[in-house]
Amino acid sequence: MIDLQGRGDSRIDGGVKHREYARKLHLDWPLVAGLLVLSAVGLLILYSASGQNEALMQRQLIRIGLAFAVMVVVAQISPYFLERWTPWLFCIGLLLLLTVLVAGDVGKGAQRWLDLGLFRFQPSELMKIAVPMMVAWYLADTPLPPSLKRLFVAMVIVVVPVVLIATQPDLGTSLLIAASGLFVLFLAGVRWRLIIGTTVTLAASAPALWAVMHDYQRARVRTFLDPERDPLGAGYHIIQSKIAIGSGGVYGKGWLNGTQSHLDFLPERSTDFIFAVFSEEFGLIGVCLLLLLYLFILIRGLYIATQAQGAFGRLLAGSLILTFFVYVFVNIGMVSGLLPVVGLPLPLISYGGTSIVTLMASFGILMSIHTHRKLMSQ
Amino acid sequence: MTDDKKKQPSIKTSRCLFIAFGFTLGAALLMWRAVDLQLLNNEFYQGQGNARYLRVVDIAAHRGMITDRHGEPLAISTPVSAIWANPQELVKVPERIAELAQVLDLNAGDLLSQVNKNAAREFIYIKRRIEPSVAEQVKRMKIPGVAAQREYRRYYPEGETSVHVSGFTDVDDVGQEGIELAYDEWLRGSKGRKRVIKDRLGRIVESVERIREPVAGKNLTLSIDKRLQYLAYRELKTAVIKHRAQSGSVVILDAKSGEILAMVNEPASNPNKRVTLRADSIRNRAVTDAIEPGSTIKPFTVAAALESGKYTPSSEIDTSPGWYTIGRKRHVISDIKNYGRIDVGEVIRKSSNVGVSKIALSLEPEQMRQVFSAVGFGEITDTGFPGESPGLLSGAWSWHDVERATLAYGYGLSVTALQLARAYAVLADGGRIKPVSFLRLEQPPHGEQVLSEQTARQVRVMLEKVVGPGGTGTRARVPGYRVAGKTGTARKSVQGGYVEQYVSLFAGMAPASDPRLVMVVIINEPGAGGYFGGVVAAPVFSHVMGGALRMLDVAPDDLASLAAASQAGSSIDGGAASRRSPM
Repeated sequence: MIDLQGRGDSRIDGGVKHREYARKLHLDWPLVAGLLVLSAVGLLILYSASGQNEALMQRQLIRIGLAFAVMVVVAQISPYFLERWTPWLFCIGLLLLLTVLVAGDVGKGAQRWLDLGLFRFQPSELMKIAVPMMVAWYLADTPLPPSLKRLFVAMVIVVVPVVLIATQPDLGTSLLIAASGLFVLFLAGVRWRLIIGTTVTLAASAPALWAVMHDYQRARVRTFLDPERDPLGAGYHIIQSKIAIGSGGVYGKGWLNGTQSHLDFLPERSTDFIFAVFSEEFGLIGVCLLLLLYLFILIRGLYIATQAQGAFGRLLAGSLILTFFVYVFVNIGMVSGLLPVVGLPLPLISYGGTSIVTLMASFGILMSIHTHRKLMSQ
Repeated sequence: MTDDKKKQPSIKTSRCLFIAFGFTLGAALLMWRAVDLQLLNNEFYQGQGNARYLRVVDIAAHRGMITDRHGEPLAISTPVSAIWANPQELVKVPERIAELAQVLDLNAGDLLSQVNKNAAREFIYIKRRIEPSVAEQVKRMKIPGVAAQREYRRYYPEGETSVHVSGFTDVDDVGQEGIELAYDEWLRGSKGRKRVIKDRLGRIVESVERIREPVAGKNLTLSIDKRLQYLAYRELKTAVIKHRAQSGSVVILDAKSGEILAMVNEPASNPNKRVTLRADSIRNRAVTDAIEPGSTIKPFTVAAALESGKYTPSSEIDTSPGWYTIGRKRHVISDIKNYGRIDVGEVIRKSSNVGVSKIALSLEPEQMRQVFSAVGFGEITDTGFPGESPGLLSGAWSWHDVERATLAYGYGLSVTALQLARAYAVLADGGRIKPVSFLRLEQPPHGEQVLSEQTARQVRVMLEKVVGPGGTGTRARVPGYRVAGKTGTARKSVQGGYVEQYVSLFAGMAPASDPRLVMVVIINEPGAGGYFGGVVAAPVFSHVMGGALRMLDVAPDDLASLAAASQAGSSIDGGAASRRSPM
């Protein structure tokens, strides 16, 4: 730790003042800059994708503002405090999930929402953070890698909320949460033998999974394997989106000039499929720059995880940034036809969703972990 | 392994490197996918994309205008707009439907229920053929799912008056009847083509390029005179109603040029109200319907007699006792009464069947046949008018005595009103036949001399007597003008037998001294107020011919009758004066 302090002090004098502010605000400026640029790009392309719908832009702007505010607030909470309250947060999350199953609102064929009068709330969003926190909390004060017994308990912590969410049904979110929990285990140093063994077992049990899938989920997998099978129905999304991306070429058709998206050929163009609009209008060059921007945020997040003090912080930060990676990779993979259509938004670019607030909250946690280091060590 | 033993466990460096490698690999994979789609397969997807939005569509060409001889429009195409909607979109904004209904002058409730009823569909017409300015107004309202498209509307300003001549077009602007059909290619022009961007619902979003400009159709100037057309139609309709007739036709020809100045029929439909168009009221009977001409044929029998050299106008024929029988079946030919011994002129004036059939029997069959076909009976007029009937004129070899005798007064052959008018034009124009024309001619064509000038003049003199005192056509007189003409009353034959139904005809010309106009009036199956041609058809001739001559500023050639008429007009005063005077 002394080493780290030394490295910080050896920076040029002009930077010292900024670092002081940063410490007080508990923000990580490279990450903030990356997220701001990403949000700006997101608003730009949303303006085009929504057909220059100003009312929609206003709502998105408010949502992003709110998300950044949440990030700043969360960044002020010390990891120590977070760690202490983790079990309570997880329990509240579980209770809310049960409530949703009993008394939730039905939207788009799934029971995910909790109507709180003033606004509607998706408990599964809370669990996106609460599950990795809980696993990290559980494993933090024991020697790593965890024993098999601890591993089993950790698996139960992950599986219970995942099953509850999957029955809503919301397969995309439940898989994402499962992944975030498993990431903590991976970061905790679970042996490769165990990881590979489990993966093989899961692959072998895929037919069983197929049997319990809902029809629309099966249709998605089938359509993914061969989109041309149903070009007017389920495959339409993928075909249209590949055409939009491919027709963009190297330089793109220019902002506001994407024909496939503007002429209504591309479905869900301002939400899940917004990457296709981006690709059509900004071309290969734009896509590469966007991916580099995401890569920058990911590497910075990973760096924060490695620099974190305390197992809880490290495991949580690592899991959160890995989850962010999954978001980006799955969405772009889906829109470009590499992965099945699972209905995940592109972080900070897609329109809407409470997911953006959750996402920024997790970045707040990352920043908190990073900026509270010295306080903990002092 | 050293990390594991520390109090504060850390993430293994190898795991971190693995994750960092994973991030980079993921980004690289996605970039490769982008390269695959946007660089390597760009052309394919570009083509697929274009196939989804670029379309080639036709541009409607403006159809040429049909005008009368003075340039007055008979058929014009005006640009109009159609408002259509995608109910799937429109149904989402019910509050704007009322707004739309108000602009389009529709009932808001009806429109709302129409949209709701078709909510599953993607295309319905809201209103067609509206003013372009209204369409612009609708477009500016930017109602979701509502769009406008350009079309042309064919409008016929003269309505039912000229429907039979002009004909009409269908919804696709293709000629269906009449001149619209006959000159379709001339009027139609050629469609243009343009490349457009269409969205998923087929709406044209933007025009990219014009592949071919539309070529507007050419205008067509008819020989018709709109004023005469209207006059003839009005008088014909009045007569058809008055006599409760089935139908009727009037044809006016320019005697000098063969141009058709008017051609009207009743019943008639308004071509602007497409729903009311009925087959029997759009048929141009004057051209399509052949009828037995009855006595109006007699001048040509007499012309054949004069041409043969066997007869002069003063040759006498014994018609007593007013009837005779002919052939093995003892077919009876009779007159209304016994006219005794009369000359050829009297045969025409009294319209004696006995006289004219005796003349016919004294001629070679070929002589009559030759004159009949020379004046145009039995063949179409070459106007190109759709559905024209050639009438019926059988070969002379089949003419036995009975046929020749009845042919002489107009049975056993059939003619159209237009053919009859053309034949009378031969008499009017010094024995020359000219092609009849629906188009205005720059100068009259050279006619072919088919009767001697002398014969034509002599027959005209006889025809003038028909209208004169003691003739059958006195009601065809026109004050101020000398009229030559012939009445006709033909019994209708239905399925081989003649029935108690008649066709009343009058064919004639004026001014008789130098005929300008030839007119044929046919009233089919009059049901009231008599049925003789001289009673039913002749008055129509008189009214129309009188009006037409005045409109065309034709110099009167019978000022004496005009003076008499004006004196008759002031007869009350004159009568009172004469009573007072000792004379």
